[in-house]
Amino acid sequence: MSPLLYLTQQTINALAIGSLYALVSIGLSLIFGILRMANFAHGDMMMVGAFATLLLVHAGVPFGVAVVGGVLIGALAGALVERIAYRPVRGSSDVTLLLTSLAVTYILENLGILIFTSSPQNFPLPALLDDVVSMFDGQLIFTRINVLTLAATGVALLFLGWFVTRTTMGLGMRAAAEDLGAANIVGLDVNRLIIVAFVLASGFAGLAGVLWAAQSGVVEPAMGFTPLLKAFIAAIIGGFGSIPGAVLGGFLLGALETMIVAFLPSSITPYRDAIVFALLIAFLLFRPAGILRVQGEAKL
Amino acid sequence: MSAPLLDVRDLEVAYGAVTALRGVSLSIAPGEVVALLGANGAGKSTLLRAISGVVRAKRGEIVFDGAPISRLPPAQIVRTGIAHSPEGRRVFPGLTVAENLRLGAAARGAAKAEWLADRETFYDLFPVLRDRMNQTAGTLSGGEQQMLAVSRALMARPRLLLLDEPSLGVAPLIVRGLFKALASLKAKGMTMLLVEQDVRMALSLADRAYVLRTGSVVLSGTAAALRADQVGVAAAYLGTHQGTKPI
Repeated sequence: MSPLLYLTQQTINALAIGSLYALVSIGLSLIFGILRMANFAHGDMMMVGAFATLLLVHAGVPFGVAVVGGVLIGALAGALVERIAYRPVRGSSDVTLLLTSLAVTYILENLGILIFTSSPQNFPLPALLDDVVSMFDGQLIFTRINVLTLAATGVALLFLGWFVTRTTMGLGMRAAAEDLGAANIVGLDVNRLIIVAFVLASGFAGLAGVLWAAQSGVVEPAMGFTPLLKAFIAAIIGGFGSIPGAVLGGFLLGALETMIVAFLPSSITPYRDAIVFALLIAFLLFRPAGILRVQGEAKL
Repeated sequence: MSAPLLDVRDLEVAYGAVTALRGVSLSIAPGEVVALLGANGAGKSTLLRAISGVVRAKRGEIVFDGAPISRLPPAQIVRTGIAHSPEGRRVFPGLTVAENLRLGAAARGAAKAEWLADRETFYDLFPVLRDRMNQTAGTLSGGEQQMLAVSRALMARPRLLLLDEPSLGVAPLIVRGLFKALASLKAKGMTMLLVEQDVRMALSLADRAYVLRTGSVVLSGTAAALRADQVGVAAAYLGTHQGTKPI
């Protein structure tokens, strides 16, 4: 097998997983940036988005429309969680915020189990997306869903980039992340900015959930847990609270995980997650502000 | 005297168990510049923060243009016409100068053509801001940040400008330039409430002044009278002032 093709194949794999990490960690960073809160319920928006899409597909809605609907429902769920659970405890101690978001996680996951049972459910893909594309005599293999993942992430990132640099609302969101008190004094509607941040964060997580389900073929209530942990790592590596940092961290983490599997001896492969978490510890010890050096350091 | 633009009546503000303002009353006529003097911790910044709705009054009332505002959220207070250039400047360091200014107009929901045009007027007032418009605010000097903070507040097109310590951490030469710009604003009829440590500077710009000590007004008068009574002002600062009798 040609080394160049092998590298290309691994790059595709890295980008496919890295996009998902980036999509999830953006939301974590967005919310942490403004509220200084580690939102553990963020992973559950993946579950909400994926299940909502599944229900819409079962109801006979065309797949593309169902995905859009699922993402919107995920976004709405995030806004509801903020309004109902987080706003009443806003400004409380870190411990209160942490426990509140853990409580929301348990409630959402158990709600998922009540409605859908805890066993994984098949996530049906249209035949077109399930196709495997094989090039160069099978040396380069990817599914259409990989391509869709990359395209959807690209569009989402472009939209986010436009939103936070060109719109007053997006600029306000960055301003609130830098100095919430000053944003308040300037007369920005902080409550509205926070709701919009949750809508965006949860919409991105919902999208990641749909793509994750599409790649793995199943949906289950606890599906958001592992990606959430990975997204935390990605966000911290990049610089917790920074949007570019979250994107960078997501893709770096995807690349690292792929490389561990692709280039290290297979006896080391099972330790992939251990290596990744060791990297997290190293960052927390030696560069807690992340690669992009966010002011005010990540504290968990 | 015409009806006051701002009327603060018997205002009491506390941070937890600590009372920061104890029954402060003050009024500002339209077009007037009023200075708020006093030592650190006298409650000057708290008064500004209470007017802009960032801290809530325990007692008393704040009336702006005839309507009570003490229970409105800050965003709505900005919309009614009060803008606040806060202590320590508080520009958004990672946003560019242009973006900081744009956000100043966000509260009133200014249309694009409107904030673009307004921004030009502040680039004209402070040309250095035009030179640095695409630089992030965190890279500006203290004086430039202060110009930005004042301009950002003015982007809200306020009828009352609250200014907290514009000279703090700014080079003396720049302070003079800044006060010249404030004087030109005053000449155009802008009403201001100015908190300032530099008493001489403050009294040169203001029409009237109040001296606060430990949360109460201990002395007030026209700027001219206070300029003439420096001993009285100093005594009011230090707490040795008794009634109207100078020491």
